[in-house]
Amino acid sequence: MPKILNIVETAYRATIEEQDDTVLWLSHMLKNAGADISILLRANAVNYAVKGQDASGLAFGETKMTHPPEIEKDVEKMIGKGVPVYLVEEDARERGISDMDFISGIKQVRREELPAIIDQHEQVWHW
Amino acid sequence: MAKYLFIESRDPFDSSDSVYFSELVQGISGRGNEATLFLVQNGVLPLRRGSKHNETIAKFIKGKVKVLADGFSLRERAISNLLDGVEVSDVDRLVELLLEPGTKAIWH
Amino acid sequence: MASGKTLTIGIMDAPYESASSTTALRIINAALEKGHNVNVFAYEGAVNLTMKAQQPHANPVKGTSVEQEQHPTTKDWIAALFKVANGKGVKLDWVNCGLCVDERGAGDWIEGPRRGGPKDFLDASLASDATLVIPTK
Repeated sequence: MPKILNIVETAYRATIEEQDDTVLWLSHMLKNAGADISILLRANAVNYAVKGQDASGLAFGETKMTHPPEIEKDVEKMIGKGVPVYLVEEDARERGISDMDFISGIKQVRREELPAIIDQHEQVWHW
Repeated sequence: MAKYLFIESRDPFDSSDSVYFSELVQGISGRGNEATLFLVQNGVLPLRRGSKHNETIAKFIKGKVKVLADGFSLRERAISNLLDGVEVSDVDRLVELLLEPGTKAIWH
Repeated sequence: MASGKTLTIGIMDAPYESASSTTALRIINAALEKGHNVNVFAYEGAVNLTMKAQQPHANPVKGTSVEQEQHPTTKDWIAALFKVANGKGVKLDWVNCGLCVDERGAGDWIEGPRRGGPKDFLDASLASDATLVIPTK
């Protein structure tokens, strides 16, 4: 089974109406289907690993959103399933995110380490 | 060492994220991997001679990264005076490169 | 003549929103013309590429009629790709991600594509000679 690295960089694109990030969701489905998958969160997607995200309370007239996305939980679930979740350290620092802000289990990597991580994977899918 | 095919569809004028991709290409190539950079769509905009991003492309060429540009994208943007060292190509060639055994393709 | 090789492509962009949609179709066209099999996994907005209800229109800025303008529809381009595949004796397997189809109401598509999901993409990728993911922004 080839090792697949899914790179997630765009954040909060239609996540409300989708109730999740569709690339993280796809990654989860691929894992369930037997893929040997890892995730790299970079650029704005580093925010997906931040504790305390809250998209609840949306309503349009009488129509209320009852199940908002819970992205940090989605990331935690994947870590719980043994999916390595890497995150680019410099992208986090540039966004004012410190180690204390993250959920546990994230593997922070420096930008200079990305070529080596990519070399370790047979497929690299940039979503 | 592996073969990499990088496809850049974004341009540095519009996307500051192009810096990340450029660094990635350099980093992968620097590890001794064979790297080809195929520029398509607005990714060809830096190739016009005199563009402020010519230097980034020149660095790739100097660093032994093969730089190809999609002819259709160039023509669409009326870019004919290209930086030296860039090979005008097409999606036929892109398909050939994709299907070369052992190639990892990464689109940005 | 069929090459025996297979390319799998994952796409995400809806029609008329990104240059990547046309580039993806150009790549698929080139691969089919070269006698390669192609698997397509249309995810998210890309499921709208095959919608039967797409219609060409006139152009009031140019003053053209529908017939004169010959406005392309992606569903016609994709129908043409299926014809290329048939003519070359190769397979174009176009999978529209089912849940993406449902939420977009995009279930009425041209002849050719089929409903599927992420497992189809994984299986196709594992069985292919190459996989290319074309991201959206």
